[in-house]
Amino acid sequence: MTNNFPPPKPIPSVSKYSNLKKLILLTGFLSFLLLFVTSISISEANDFESLLNDLGNKSRSKIKIAVQKLGELGNTDALPALNALKNKHLSVSEEGKLVILNDSETEGVGALDGKKIDITSLKLRKPRINNSVRRHLSTALAKLKLNSKDRAVRLEAAQELLKRSSSSVLALVETSLEKEDNEDIKEVLLLVLAKIHLQGIDKNKRIESINTIKKFGNNDFYSVLEELLKKNDKGEFFEKDSEIRESAASAINSIKKRQVFVDQIANLFYGLSLGSILLLAALGLAITFGLMGVINMAHGEMLMIGAYATFVIQNLFLQYLPNLFDWYLIVAIPISFLSSAIVGIILERFIIRHLYGRPLETLLATWGISLVLIQTVRLTFGAQNVEVANPFYLSGGVEVFNGVVFPYSRIAIIVFVVFVVTAIWLLLQKTSLGLQVRSVTQNRNMASCMGISTRKVDMWTFGLGSGVAGLGGLALSQIGNVGPELGRMYIVDSFMVVVLGGVGKIAGTVAGALGIGVINKFLEPISGAVLGKIIVLVLIIALIQKRPQGLFALKGRSVDN
Amino acid sequence: MIKQIISLHSFRGWFFIFGLFFAAIILLPVFNIFVPEDSLLHVPDYMFPLLGKYLCYAIVALAVDLIWGYTGILSLGHGVFFAMGGYAMGMYLMRSIGKEGVYKSDLPDFMVFLDWKELPWYWYGFDYFPFALLIIFLVPGLFAFIFGYFAFRSRIKGVYFAIITQAMTYALMLLFFRNDTGFGGNNGLTDFKRILGYSLQDPSTKMCLFMMTVFLLFLSYVISRYIVKSKLGRVLTAIRDVENRVMFSGYNTLHYKLFIWTFSAFLCGLAGALYVPQVGIINPSEMQPANSIEMAIWVAVGGRGTLGGALLGAGVVNVAKSWFTVAAPDYWLYFLGILFIVVTLFLPKGIIGISDRLKKNKDREILND
Repeated sequence: MTNNFPPPKPIPSVSKYSNLKKLILLTGFLSFLLLFVTSISISEANDFESLLNDLGNKSRSKIKIAVQKLGELGNTDALPALNALKNKHLSVSEEGKLVILNDSETEGVGALDGKKIDITSLKLRKPRINNSVRRHLSTALAKLKLNSKDRAVRLEAAQELLKRSSSSVLALVETSLEKEDNEDIKEVLLLVLAKIHLQGIDKNKRIESINTIKKFGNNDFYSVLEELLKKNDKGEFFEKDSEIRESAASAINSIKKRQVFVDQIANLFYGLSLGSILLLAALGLAITFGLMGVINMAHGEMLMIGAYATFVIQNLFLQYLPNLFDWYLIVAIPISFLSSAIVGIILERFIIRHLYGRPLETLLATWGISLVLIQTVRLTFGAQNVEVANPFYLSGGVEVFNGVVFPYSRIAIIVFVVFVVTAIWLLLQKTSLGLQVRSVTQNRNMASCMGISTRKVDMWTFGLGSGVAGLGGLALSQIGNVGPELGRMYIVDSFMVVVLGGVGKIAGTVAGALGIGVINKFLEPISGAVLGKIIVLVLIIALIQKRPQGLFALKGRSVDN
Repeated sequence: MIKQIISLHSFRGWFFIFGLFFAAIILLPVFNIFVPEDSLLHVPDYMFPLLGKYLCYAIVALAVDLIWGYTGILSLGHGVFFAMGGYAMGMYLMRSIGKEGVYKSDLPDFMVFLDWKELPWYWYGFDYFPFALLIIFLVPGLFAFIFGYFAFRSRIKGVYFAIITQAMTYALMLLFFRNDTGFGGNNGLTDFKRILGYSLQDPSTKMCLFMMTVFLLFLSYVISRYIVKSKLGRVLTAIRDVENRVMFSGYNTLHYKLFIWTFSAFLCGLAGALYVPQVGIINPSEMQPANSIEMAIWVAVGGRGTLGGALLGAGVVNVAKSWFTVAAPDYWLYFLGILFIVVTLFLPKGIIGISDRLKKNKDREILND
């Protein structure tokens, strides 16, 4: 049984103890380190907090120092408080707590945590600042904003600096320029530098500045450059250096040239945008005019109905599905189409059908319909304009050039119109309804003899045309307010599109609409909007002297009546 | 000539017309002056400008009927000619205010307001009434002639012509709305004081203007009747019915259309000139497309292709408008809209057509018996 010895108790080894010691030591050290670090950061945070609280100090000089230091610290958390101080929305409670008030000063949030504070029980005082503080404030704000991670905030800060550049921000701009990796912001910062250097004495730097302005500058730099070319009473230049004067002149020239180019691009874009809306408005008009030879004066009201349908859908979403609000527009597309189309079909069935062969009477009757529709909408929704909000994906825009913004809503409309026109074209060319529509357009009697139910074709086509106008209304609701008179504003222009483009071919309507839209926008800056319209009208009358049936008439031998 | 004119109507017709004419031009003033105010038969002072306004519209209705009812050309731009006549008269009235404006300046108030230093060239001559008369007669006609020449020459007709004229009135409305155009912009011309030295506030001036309007309406009617009864009128009706055949028969329809179009514009200008001193204001809203379309509905309601129908329609619709805009302003547009629809759908010959239809029914009954 010698084997049955209890196993020897393990002897605690020395090394084990030393390990424990080390562990304790390490823990102690680490915790000490941790304590140290936290204490530093706490002291920094305390520093930040106390500085921030100093903004509410009664002494202006302390506010000033706090503002300066906050700017140097570079902590963007201070932005709301500084902004509030600038806009006089910052106030202090008796305990020294900073509160940011809203515009109407009915609600407030804490400056540090952004939490809502009940201000009714608080006795608030506003820190008073003077111009000297305000100057420091702007600089500090600019500094903090240039440090921001948000690209848009940085860009805004840079543009703010450009507006009121002074040599005091030189260092700030230079350091930000080094860090900056966004080209747009870099450009603006370079311009700020150029503006500052231009006021300096170093000739090389001045010329370099002028070149920078020449490269990136916009219209705002005219006055700066023209200052360099001014003469005094004796006819001598204020600016003695001819080299600088020459480069300034050439910079002015190239800015002007660029501006003209940019303006043309903007005109083209806005012209296309107007044209595409006109196209939506006129497409249905042209199809029904080609098909039945009647002008529907109530067609503008189909736009209005589409726009109000969008408005109603928006409100329904706001009420019942606020989470999905941004997608109301997608739902509104079929609804606006259908509501206008249904109204159109009703009109066709009950009124226009009975006036077949009497186009002028149809014109008057549809005018009467439009009066009734407008008045109905006015009594239902009120005579005031209503607002339809852009969903987030259509708000804002893309800046194509310096100062030229293409709103997303307008870009979306152009894309949408391309889509609709393609759909209509496919419908007319590739479906049996399209074939019937085309045959009735060409020769109603013959088509009828071939067994086509012209009445049915009329009805569906009228509904289709009205529905397209409804889509136009949806598009219009995204770029402006919606009112009972919405249709009236576009109807005369869309008639002109039909006159210009001729009937029976989509290409004619497209050319007419885009042509009128673009010409209008190009004439506007030259002659003013009103004269532009008149010129367009005269041009149209002149044009139909040459081509009475419009630009793209159907070829055929039919006698005009 | 006189024989021709007498033959325009039967004896009964002339009797009726002259009866109306003298009733308006003599009886109404008599009832105003000699009947005591508390009597039922008394015609109050305010009636004269109001009736005068309706009579101006009646002249417009004649003009629209000539071009649409007889010639088949629907114009949606007659408001322009009306406004042109009105503006010409308004300019004369503005100049005759003299220095009694708000700003005590020789210039019209709105020019002082816009800080203009001198009269624009197109205002020269409006100090003289004969010049203003000349403009009233010339400008609407000339403008219509030029516009019509280009439109008819390229054989624009039907709906095309209608919407082109609508675009014309729309464009001119925008033009006149501008302050820079020099016709008072938004507010137009107003605050008139006197015409030919007589105060416009004076009831006797108002009565004279009314009588003048009655007389000119009578004259316009006789001339229009003369035109539609002549061979010219028959060609116009033929153009309305089948223009191609008229052309194949060797008529140059351009001349006929141009003549009646210009004459119609001229009548409209005259109506505008009579309208402005009685109503006291002219502004660009007269050129709204809606106004011109309303003119067409007057004629349609009364019965197109008959001059009497046009006069009747202008009266009925405008009296209804006066009533509605006071009693139920929200429903006026409903009424007007439904009027458009009902008349075009069910009463292609208007009110006059109803009596014709009744007469025919009666004839048929007699035959059946």
